[in-house]
Amino acid sequence: MEQYRINPNNGMEIGLYSVGEHFGNPHTGYKITAGERLHELIEAAKLSDQAGLDVFAVGESHQEHFATQAHSVVLGAIANATNKIKIASSSTVLSVNDPVRVYEDFATIDLISGGRAEIVAGRGSRLGAYDLLGFDTSDYEALFEEKMDLLIRLNNEETITWRGNFRAPLDQATVLPRPLSGRLPIWRAVGGAPASAIKAGIAGVPLMLAALGGPSVNFKISVDAYRQAAEQSGYDSAALPVATTAMLYVSERSQDAVNEFYPHLNTAFRALRGGTYPKEAFAQSSDYKDALLVGSPQLIIEKILHQYELFGHQRLLLQMDVGGVPFEKLARNIEIVAQQIVPAIRKYTAK
Amino acid sequence: MKLLGLSGSNIGSKTRVAMNNAIRMAGEIDADVNVSMIDLADYDIPYGDGRNYLDYKGDALHVAKLVMDADAILIGTPIFQASIPAILKNVFDLLPPDALRGKTIGIIVTAGTSKHFLMAEHQLKPILAFMKANIISSYVFIENKDYNPDKELVNPDILDRLNRLAKETIDTHKALYPTT
Repeated sequence: MEQYRINPNNGMEIGLYSVGEHFGNPHTGYKITAGERLHELIEAAKLSDQAGLDVFAVGESHQEHFATQAHSVVLGAIANATNKIKIASSSTVLSVNDPVRVYEDFATIDLISGGRAEIVAGRGSRLGAYDLLGFDTSDYEALFEEKMDLLIRLNNEETITWRGNFRAPLDQATVLPRPLSGRLPIWRAVGGAPASAIKAGIAGVPLMLAALGGPSVNFKISVDAYRQAAEQSGYDSAALPVATTAMLYVSERSQDAVNEFYPHLNTAFRALRGGTYPKEAFAQSSDYKDALLVGSPQLIIEKILHQYELFGHQRLLLQMDVGGVPFEKLARNIEIVAQQIVPAIRKYTAK
Repeated sequence: MKLLGLSGSNIGSKTRVAMNNAIRMAGEIDADVNVSMIDLADYDIPYGDGRNYLDYKGDALHVAKLVMDADAILIGTPIFQASIPAILKNVFDLLPPDALRGKTIGIIVTAGTSKHFLMAEHQLKPILAFMKANIISSYVFIENKDYNPDKELVNPDILDRLNRLAKETIDTHKALYPTT
């Protein structure tokens, strides 16, 4: 765990992540500009840092309804605006990027932030970035696997000789700057299904698993498959961190949280997935065994501890700016998470 | 309420004729129902590859959006090799797993003979159920003998059944979702 800058004695890490959604507030119809949205992200990172949260992550998306196409630039601004909080991507669409360039960017963010940067690499759940940046979606699997292998090697070898199919060869190339402590934590982002989790396990790479909705136990299959694959490939699964991601909206009364949050969730769902977010599925979120973290602080604590019993994970990243949640609500939710939820989770999970 | 007719064959006219009848009847049953029809034979759609359906282009995106936007759907299918045609299965393959949640679906099957009467039960309904549709349990099964030589549907019993299916689909959807 140390190599990934995680100290299990401190208990589960809890932080925020954003995919940079840029929607109007469905309650008011008011939409801020992309510039205002970017400043909000930086402010949210500062608040999270001041509140003592562990991680702030920003992901790359190239479709309409997003503002963080250049996520590493945003993370650079956050690095400069914060002091202690870890800074990660959530995720970097590695398939459409040059791993050398990604490594240079994040090693730089690591130096600017004093050793706080991490890379979370994924394939992207949408295909817009492939068209925009000139990659063929028929290479969807091969592109990622090759680039992930290269990224891991860049982390381990300062001077590298490498050949592949999707990038010019590297011949005794030196990739600089090097991160503060020599290496960056690099995670693999995977969706809910076990297939990608197994690939992360085979490669012995830390896992960041999207666990957005439905019964939490459904995601245990992927976590178990990941650890089993890691063991079979000769890695000690106990030394590999697991992170999950979830959507969170908290209010003192669960019913207020449900009523306030549904329009936001439905806005994002309609625009990004097509179709209405099913109300019957949303209604299930009042059960502590459901993964959608909506409700009172006490209910959310029960949900997270239930997941901890299932997964034994080291980190939870919370998406709290879904579907145009206004900044004042986001700020209030960060405060509730930091003051009421995190202490309860740490108390239970710290050694 | 939007009711879409989805004629699911790439060849022939009997399924389309049956669907034209059913959709016309649906429009006459309730003037508030906005009816439309598409025939998959008119579109050029690549095989679904699992992407978010909004990432498809051209005909695939057009057809996927029409299906997703519909409140109720009448699906017409012939029988190919004891199952639905590939072109119809491919429409389902374009869509998310729960794409039919909240939609009410009626089924019309056209066939040469009654040999494969249970095709819809064994081949089509499991797909619709998996995709969370509200399925009207009784379907209309139409044979070649129900058409005249000009390919017009002439069996009054079948025309009556089509009318009942259209009405049941509309009434059921309205009962389940009064606000649409």
